[in-house]
Amino acid sequence: MTPFAFLTGLFFLAAAVLFVIGLHQMRTPRTARRGNLLSAGGMVTAVGGTLLYAIVSSNSNPFGWVALVAGVVIGGTFGVIRSRSVKMTDIPQLVSLFNAVGGGAAAAVAFADFLSRDLTGGLTPSVSVPVVLDIVIGSVSLSGSLIAAGKLQGLIPGQPIQFPGARIVNVIVVVIVVSAGALTVLQPTSWPLLLVVLVAALLFGILMVLPIGGADAPVVVSLLNALTGLAVAMAGFVIDNQAMIIAGALVGAAGTILTLQMAKAMNRSVLTIMLGGFGTGDSTAATTGASATSNVREVTADDVGLQLAYARHVIIVPGYGLAASQAQHEVAELAKLLTDHGIDVKYAIHPVAGRMPGHMNVLLAEANVPYSQMLQLDEANPAFDTCDVALVVGANDVTNPAARRTGNAVSGMPILDVDHAKSVVVIKRSMSPGYAGIPNELFSLPQTGMLFDDAKKALGDITVAVKQYVTT
Amino acid sequence: MTETLFSNLAIFVLSLLVGFEVISKIPSTLHTPMMSGANAIHGVVIAGAIAIGAAANTPAGYILTFVAALFASANVFGGYVVTDRMLRMFTPATRSSKPASAEPATTPGTLS
Repeated sequence: MTPFAFLTGLFFLAAAVLFVIGLHQMRTPRTARRGNLLSAGGMVTAVGGTLLYAIVSSNSNPFGWVALVAGVVIGGTFGVIRSRSVKMTDIPQLVSLFNAVGGGAAAAVAFADFLSRDLTGGLTPSVSVPVVLDIVIGSVSLSGSLIAAGKLQGLIPGQPIQFPGARIVNVIVVVIVVSAGALTVLQPTSWPLLLVVLVAALLFGILMVLPIGGADAPVVVSLLNALTGLAVAMAGFVIDNQAMIIAGALVGAAGTILTLQMAKAMNRSVLTIMLGGFGTGDSTAATTGASATSNVREVTADDVGLQLAYARHVIIVPGYGLAASQAQHEVAELAKLLTDHGIDVKYAIHPVAGRMPGHMNVLLAEANVPYSQMLQLDEANPAFDTCDVALVVGANDVTNPAARRTGNAVSGMPILDVDHAKSVVVIKRSMSPGYAGIPNELFSLPQTGMLFDDAKKALGDITVAVKQYVTT
Repeated sequence: MTETLFSNLAIFVLSLLVGFEVISKIPSTLHTPMMSGANAIHGVVIAGAIAIGAAANTPAGYILTFVAALFASANVFGGYVVTDRMLRMFTPATRSSKPASAEPATTPGTLS
């Protein structure tokens, strides 16, 4: 080991320590920001170590460095501008986009490394296997994340997109990826075969994400995040860079945990989500939902305002409908009005509320809601027992008491015990069922009042109503 | 070669385990910033762009270096900036809210 290699190794070790401590500090909101900065410090260290080694071992050809600097300037500028201007509701698609380019970069690294090698004597499997894995995973992540971002942005329809023969096309693409990949590992003689692997993997990424519905976005975004992490780790194997191996593995683990947690919170297995085709029973369920309209109680904003003004404990249950109508500021204003008058207000947040894991918390934080008011599922459920009014805004399936019984689409799904509250108010546009496609039994309970309106407008009306009851 | 491969594999597997251990302790409140932060961490692939840039001596090598650098730097710069932006918004308490929660986060100094 040369002294330079040793020094580089020390840099990588320091970077790994900073990444791990940085992620560790993300476990409380108080230390999370510092954790992210530590992780950024780890990034600077990892890049510094790599630069040191690259300058010493460089082939003194300036064009490679020019290409590198040009890419960094353009890409870095784009990244900073986008991330400063993005709206908080659009965070999921931005994360998907960054995920896509990370996967693409990993694939490009492996391809370039393959091209620069002397292939006359073939390659040892310790190089060719990670090259192929990197290109496959990185390409799937690139195209899959772009499709996911397009769906989240609304550029591509959010419904599952399926076409006849899709399964057969899928199988053919997988066979091409596997056979071309295996051939490259066994006889790494030419790059065109590797290009076939890359293109087929890109195609597979598209075919994989297209049939997945918008409701499953939290799972898909997490899964693609894990894939990019693994692709980067493989790129680390290819160019023998330990900082990339460690960082890639950490991200792979993070994405995997989130994928499993989200799938559990949605009561689905990762496999069924990936196979797509959920929610096909929507049309039939919608009609049964309509028939349930007869036994619900409708309330006005004024009624709700009166209830809230005389309540002691209020729990707000925000769902995707709140984010969709950008009503996080209105709900925060209402909550502030209530807390200012001594009413205890909390938010009960289901893990899958929003478009990616934890998205709702970010939206509320943007509206200056302190995180001490945000209750997670296990903290929120006991609180409903002493709650006077539960205000459900744009959440549906995650409040359905039917989940406690067996034999329906939401059976076993972890839910918020909204029905334990003394009184429940649901703000919703119509009686249409949620993604699970079954009517929500919460809506027809005797203590539940329905306020049929857009979330933003309804919250504004309720705030006006509350004001007239609480002012002296 | 096999020695390098073995030590790299060991690093990979142990990092996965550390990752599982650390990440599973993160509350769902912070899942979005954590994911975005993890996303920024895989921007370390920029180190790969540097390595292939230093070794590039063909047009294809230059193009791939440019693409890798472009993608990786969008990932790493954008990832850290947006994560920081999100985390800055997480505040422990507003002026008037009652410290009714069990959170040990009611820091002094937020009264105004």
